[in-house]
Parts: sequence; structure tokens; C-alpha cells
Amino acid sequence: MHQLTIAEIIRGLRDKQFSSVELTSHYLERIQQLDNQFNSFITVTSEQALKEAAAADARLAQGDAPALCGVPVAHKDIFCTNGVRTSCGSKMLDNFVPPYDATVIDNFQRAGAISLGKTNMDEFAMGSSNETSFYGAVKNPWNVERIPGGSSGGSAAAVAALLAPGATATDTGGSIRQPAAMTGTTGLKPTYGRVSRWGMIAFASSLDQGGPITRTAEDATLMLSVMASPDAKDSTCLDRPVQDYTAHLNDSIAGLKIGVPSEYFGEGLDSEVGARVQDALKEYEKLGAELVEISLPHSKLAVPAYYVIAPAEASANLSRFDGVRYGYRCENPADLRDLYMRSRGEGFGEEVKRRILVGSYALSAGYYDAYYNKAQQVRRLIKQDFVDAFDKVDVIMGPTAPNPAFKLGEKNADPVAMYLEDIYTIATNLAGLPGMSIPCGFAHGLPVGLQIIGNYLDEARMLNVAHQFQQASDWHQQTAPAAE
Amino acid sequence: MEWEVVIGLEVHVQLATQSKIFSGASTAFGAAPNTQACAVDLAMPGTLPVPNEEAFRFAVMFGLAMNAEIGKRSVFERKNYFYPDLPKGYQTTQLEQPIVGEGQIEIHLEDGSSKTVRLHHAHLEEDAGKSLHEDFHGMSGIDLNRAGTPLIEIVSEPDMRSAAEAVAYLKKIHSIVTYLGISDGDMSQGSLRCDANVSVRLKGEEELGTRTEIKNLNSFRFIEKAIKVEAQRQIDLIEDGGKVVQETRLYDADKNETRSMRSKEVANDYRYFPCPDLLPVVLSDEYIEQVRGDLPELPDAKCARFEKEYGLSAYDADQLTQERSTANYFEQVAAKSGEAKLAANWVMGELAALLNREEKSIEQSPVNAEHLAGLIARIKDGTISSKIAKQVFEAMANGDGDADTVIEAKGLKQVSDTGAIEKLVDDVIAASSAQVENYRNADPDKRPKMMGFFVGQIMKASKGQANPQMINKVLKEKLDALL
Repeated sequence: MHQLTIAEIIRGLRDKQFSSVELTSHYLERIQQLDNQFNSFITVTSEQALKEAAAADARLAQGDAPALCGVPVAHKDIFCTNGVRTSCGSKMLDNFVPPYDATVIDNFQRAGAISLGKTNMDEFAMGSSNETSFYGAVKNPWNVERIPGGSSGGSAAAVAALLAPGATATDTGGSIRQPAAMTGTTGLKPTYGRVSRWGMIAFASSLDQGGPITRTAEDATLMLSVMASPDAKDSTCLDRPVQDYTAHLNDSIAGLKIGVPSEYFGEGLDSEVGARVQDALKEYEKLGAELVEISLPHSKLAVPAYYVIAPAEASANLSRFDGVRYGYRCENPADLRDLYMRSRGEGFGEEVKRRILVGSYALSAGYYDAYYNKAQQVRRLIKQDFVDAFDKVDVIMGPTAPNPAFKLGEKNADPVAMYLEDIYTIATNLAGLPGMSIPCGFAHGLPVGLQIIGNYLDEARMLNVAHQFQQASDWHQQTAPAAE
Repeated sequence: MEWEVVIGLEVHVQLATQSKIFSGASTAFGAAPNTQACAVDLAMPGTLPVPNEEAFRFAVMFGLAMNAEIGKRSVFERKNYFYPDLPKGYQTTQLEQPIVGEGQIEIHLEDGSSKTVRLHHAHLEEDAGKSLHEDFHGMSGIDLNRAGTPLIEIVSEPDMRSAAEAVAYLKKIHSIVTYLGISDGDMSQGSLRCDANVSVRLKGEEELGTRTEIKNLNSFRFIEKAIKVEAQRQIDLIEDGGKVVQETRLYDADKNETRSMRSKEVANDYRYFPCPDLLPVVLSDEYIEQVRGDLPELPDAKCARFEKEYGLSAYDADQLTQERSTANYFEQVAAKSGEAKLAANWVMGELAALLNREEKSIEQSPVNAEHLAGLIARIKDGTISSKIAKQVFEAMANGDGDADTVIEAKGLKQVSDTGAIEKLVDDVIAASSAQVENYRNADPDKRPKMMGFFVGQIMKASKGQANPQMINKVLKEKLDALL
């Protein structure tokens, strides 16, 4: 049953091949039996899931079933869940139980989906390997010695290990696409503002965007259709109706113009990864698409600009964690200063502290123009690169990440090497564009991701392009050995 | 050496919106601690701000009333600092692109002169909560009811040269915001608070002296006293060879002194940057014109109209228009009594004295506009004299009913009956043979003055109720007949 895609589950539930309670129990059992190898969940909400599944079965029986009725999914532990601990992977929020649901959670509930629990993640979504979590590293189901990518490593690993057919995730600099690439799953980061950020704990507000991790593009379509919505509670959420993503899934892609940026195939790219991506591009040519060489000249500035803007925003976003109202508070504070210093010093991990320091520095008097302002100028140039490119092409393709999954601990001593793992994904966040990663083969025995970047609000085309590839290939159907 | 005091004010005005600037929680004053703070106000993880449109409208109204530029594109920034009553660890405020730009207003001084004070800018921001240090042994309590209440911070240029000018400026701001109805202006509840930047320099000097900032002044009286005492402190310091240190100071009303708030010099770096949770707010010309069209009559326009329409002096018109409620009260009295000048005198005289004595606002006045108008009507038609009217007014203030009821009940009606007046006059003349004799023998020029004695006696005999004009007329006839 765990081999089923979301699309198949929806059909199976409606055809009464199995009930939601059966399906949910099956996933809960798998999580219990297998997840000690992967550590992909922080919290499993068995009781609540079974209750929701029973209610879903009743609705299915009555023929009153919304889109995802009875479908179990997992949620990244960054989305606030009413009454269920929401830790954001941090000791700081280990005791935090929100009294409200994120809009994303609310959308899934209204669509009848079942929540299996909350998935592991890098602390406050800061990381590319899921090693910064207070709850321990997540292991890659393809090789448990290796990282699953981050920060949505728990969601990616859970889907790759078939512990959930789909999971929510968030992407600030690649945190959906890079783990999807590392685990052979399909991950989609929508256009900035397409998915509400209400109740999604902020890392870098101008970059953060929620999206799904699934096994197929078709499932991503089903998940995104539920996740995306206008939201009056988020001023940056787009006030535009959500497209019918399924309507164009099966459109032909003959004549599609695919931009291939030369900058994404240069130094630093693993040759086997590069080869798999080239294979995928050839496959697209076979499907009738045309490859167009393009240039995104400011690409090399994306990582430095990002590592100014994201930490700057984070430094303010994380100020609220002060031990005063909720979350971790140190024992016996001597005075206010001690309360702040020890609560934050003890509650935050090393990477979070590093980014708060970097961000505070970049915003300081005397450095603001040199760092923050300059980074914002670079951000505009990067955006303009894409705007120019989309005058000529329909989508842009390249590798999602320069390397396949590396070993746990391998890059911990070198933050910059870790930051470079997001070299191809970061620019789309800076530009606010949608991006996807889909499996396109293996390098060194590990999954490789093909990145598809779409134009603003062109998710439907991006999904169509991904789905057509998956109709012609079976990379997405490969399952991790440990998932068996 | 002649010193000049230079003052600039930063005034914080709480806007009277129903809900907070970035959340739906109520802004009402006086609720139990933390009962008007929602998840957004508490800065719970994942919560986001949504701007309150009303706060923008109020700020635009204020800008237009100040003849200021309106920021058609305004940007919220984060001002970062840690304090327990600042839940997010930053205050959402405006810096580079405020909602209101440069402007200017005219202030009126007690000597009748006027002066223009320039506005540097005014910006929208959120208020912080309150830290409560009493009632919690060895700890502090935090009340977040006020957190997120919309404020406009109004920053003047350093254009004021005395404490009196600063107070006049502040009164003008108070008058404008209450006229506009964008704030209740209640200083005792903190709806209007003021920080004063004070420096001194030798008269004629171009360069500004080093300034200090006196924080959180919340009454007109304290502002005046604080500025005076701080300016004198700086003058004494310099004259003794010392130097003014740029710092924040606190005014202690009990000791009437200012003192340094921080023991050591800490340069605050607030690390401002544009708030990524809020988009720039862009206002169209149509919107601004629509707000302009809805503006009520403002104090200066009302003052000019009062002079013209009611024939009041500039001073009277200014006094009556400082508070919208006073102006409204006056206009009701004037309309109902048909006697604008008398209405003005009564509102600024007896009524103001009464309210002052009872520490009441004009809205709480024990004598309403209709009753005062009724009283004035009785003065006008000769039913009572001005002197008796004061007695009637006191009775109305005590709740004895309207003027006619009081006059009737106390029998205060003026005696205008010729026969009665003649009798009073005859009686006094008969009882004052010596004075009559003097009158007869006096130089004719001196006689009118000598009538005062007789009038006084007659009024006394009538308990003040005899019509003075008639007394004069009858008395003169009768005395002249004796010549």
C-alpha cells in the first residue's frame, strides 16, 4: 500500500479498495518500524491521525469527500499545528504548542487530508544537510551514512522511505529542491507569495515559501492545489486565484523552449551529476522541446547576496525567541540580561547563532550600505537576469545541486562549502520564481535532481513539463533500498 | 551673556482606531492586563502583521492638516532592540519613507503673537507594551494590551525658543488631532506623549548647542517645567565651564529636576531595515484627495470664521477654537441665545471657571449649552441683570434646572415696574437727607458721579433685582426735581 502515489490513493479510497483508517494505520506502523533508521519525524500524531482517518472514511462513505479526503501526509515541523508541538527543529521551541494552525495546515484539513505528524528539519530551516536539528540528523534512505539534504530533510526522507506519500516543506534557498534531489523525490517551491506564510515560522521572510515534496509531479500538483491560496492574514501572499494545475498536466511539450544557463554547468559541478542532467535535457529534446543556451550573468553573486539578506532578516525574525513569553527559558536567570543571554545562548544551536551574528553584523551602522544594500542591489540584478531570460524561453533547466548526497559530518567544519550546495537553487528565491526538482538518474549510486525553473506564477507549465518527463522516464519510481 | 533656548519636540499620538495597527485586537484603554493581546501582538512564532487601513487614513488626515507632503509610498522598517515589553524584539516603524513629510503649522502665543513651526516629518509606528515593576516582588510584570497600538510620531524642527512656545506647539498638535478625531488626546492615559530635545546657545550664535532629550513628558505643565529646568541646568553647566553631554534625561516632577537615564554612554544601533513582512504602501492621488475632502473644519479656519461670523476678537476666537468641544459648545450657545458676544464671555468666563474648579471637561459640564443659552436670553430680554445671572448660573450648576425654573423658584426676576421703582427711589431719597443736600449744593458736573450712592442704596433695598436702567432714569428725574 505504501507504494501508492497520492493520485492512486485518492482513486483507491474512492473505489473502496481500502479505507483511510487502514492506510493511515499502515503508514503509522511503517513509521514506528522504520523511522529509527532515518529520524525523519520529530512528532508522530498517531491518535489524532486515526481519528481524522475515521472521520474521513465517514465522509467518503457519504460521498462528501473533498480533494485529499483520507490521504495521509506529513508536515514539516515549521508549520504551526494547533495543539501539537511545533519545534522548528530547535531546543528553543521544544516545549512550544501553538494555539493556532498555519494556513497551510488549515488548507490540508479542509481538503480532508490526514496529518501523520511533524517532520524533522534543520534548526529554524538553517542548513543544507539536516544536521543542525536539535532532534538529531536525518539519514538519507538511499544510504543512511549520508545526509538527506536540508532544511526539509525530514519531509524528503519520509517520502523517499515511503513513510508518507507526500509531505509539506519550505524553501528559503533550496530547502525543498535540494533535499528532493538528494532523496530522489519531487519537490516544488512555488512563486513567492503563492503559499501563505501565516503560521509558518519565519527564517527569512522575503525568501521563505512553502511547497510539497512528493514522489511524482502529478502528486505535487494535487498537493499544491490544496496548499496554495490567497490569505488575508499574510500581506505578502498573492491575491490571485489559484490556477487549475491539473488541467495542463497532460499537454504536449512539443515546441517548449528550455533555457540552459551556461553558468549552471561550470566549475564545482560533479561530472556525473552534470552528465545525468544532460541526459535529461536530451530526453526533453526527444519529447519535442528545444534547448536554448542562455546566460544568467549574475549567478555567481547569488550565494553571497543570499548569505547577507537571509541572515539579516533572520537576525530580526529570531529576536522574539527571548525566553519571556514562550519557548525555552534558562534556569534561574539572575536578571534580564542574563535571561536573554542564557535563554538564547542555550536555546539556539551553532548554525542559528552564526546566522544571527552574520545578519546583525550586515545590518550594523557603518556596514549596512556595504552589505545589506549591496546585496539588495545584487538581488535586483539577479531578478533582471531571469526576466530577460524568460523573454526567450519558457522554462529554465539545470542541476538542482552540484553534488549528490554527501556523508554526514563531511561539511560541518566548513560552512562555506555547505552554503555552496545551494548554489543553483538560491537565485530563484532571490528572484521569487518557482522552481522544482525531479529525479533524473543516479550519480555514484545516489539520486540526482533536475531543476526546472518557471516564470512567475507559471507553476502549471512547470508541473506539466515535469509530468511529461516522468511519463517518459522511471527515475521517480525507483525506491530507496531501505524503504523496502 | 544672553542665552537662547532651542527646542524640538517629538510627539507620540495614539490613533483612535478600533483595532491595532497590525492585528485585530482591540485598542481600548483600561482592560485587564494581556486581555487585549492576540497571537500577533504576542509575537507568537509564525504570526504575521496585516496593516490597518484606518491608521493610514488617520495619518494622511494629520498630514493634510499640517500642510505637509503625503508620502505616496511609505515603507515600514524594523527597529531592532531587546526589551521585555517589545515582543518581536523589534518595533515596526517608518524611517526613510514616512507617511507624512515636511510641513508647517502656526502657533499662537499668549501675548497674541504667532509663529510658524516646521514639521520635519511624521511616521506611523506601533506602540510597545508596558512593564509593571510594582506588585511583583523581585520581578516585573508585562502587559501587552498596548503593544501594537497605532501611533504617529510627529517630529518638529528645532524651531521653538521657549518653554511657552513648546507648550503652544503641543497644544496646537493636541487641538489638531482632537479636531480630526484621530486621537482622544488624553495625556493622562498616554494618548499623547512628548519627548523634548533641548539645547542652549548664546543669542546670535548660528550653530546649535549639544542637545539632551527629555523623555516621556505627559502633561503641558510638566513639559513647561521640564524644559525650563533643563535649559537652566545647561546654562549653569556651561557658565561654570562645563559641557553638555548628549544624553537621554528623565524629568522628576517631585524634585523639579532632570536626571540622566543612563549612567554610561551607549550608542544604540537599531539596525533598521525594511520589514519584509509588509509591502510598501502606495497611496493614489484620488485617495489623498478623498481624505482631504472629508476633513472637518480645522482650528485656524474655525478661528477665522468665528471672528467674521460672530464678530469676536482674535483673542476670543482663538480661545474658543483651541478645543473642538469648546467651539461646538460655544456655537450651540450662540445659536440658541442669538447673542454671540455674551455667549463667548460666558463660555470663557463663568463656565471655564466652573469647569476648572470642578476639574471637568466641557463634555462633562454640569451646565449644558441649552441651559446657558436660556440664561443669556433672560439677560438679553431684561428679565435678570448680569449680576443676578451669575447667581442663576451657580444654581444651574448645582442641578436646580434651567434658567427660567431657577428665576421663578428663587424669585429673581428683575423689578421693572415703574411704580415699584419709584417707591424704592422715594424711600431712599427720604432716608438720605444729608446726601440729597450735598447733591443739591454740588457743582452740576459732579452730580452724575454722586448718583452712585443712591443707586447702590436702591439696589441693596431691592436685593439686586431692580432694573438698573430704570433706577437711573427715575432717580435722576426725582433728584433734579428737588433742585
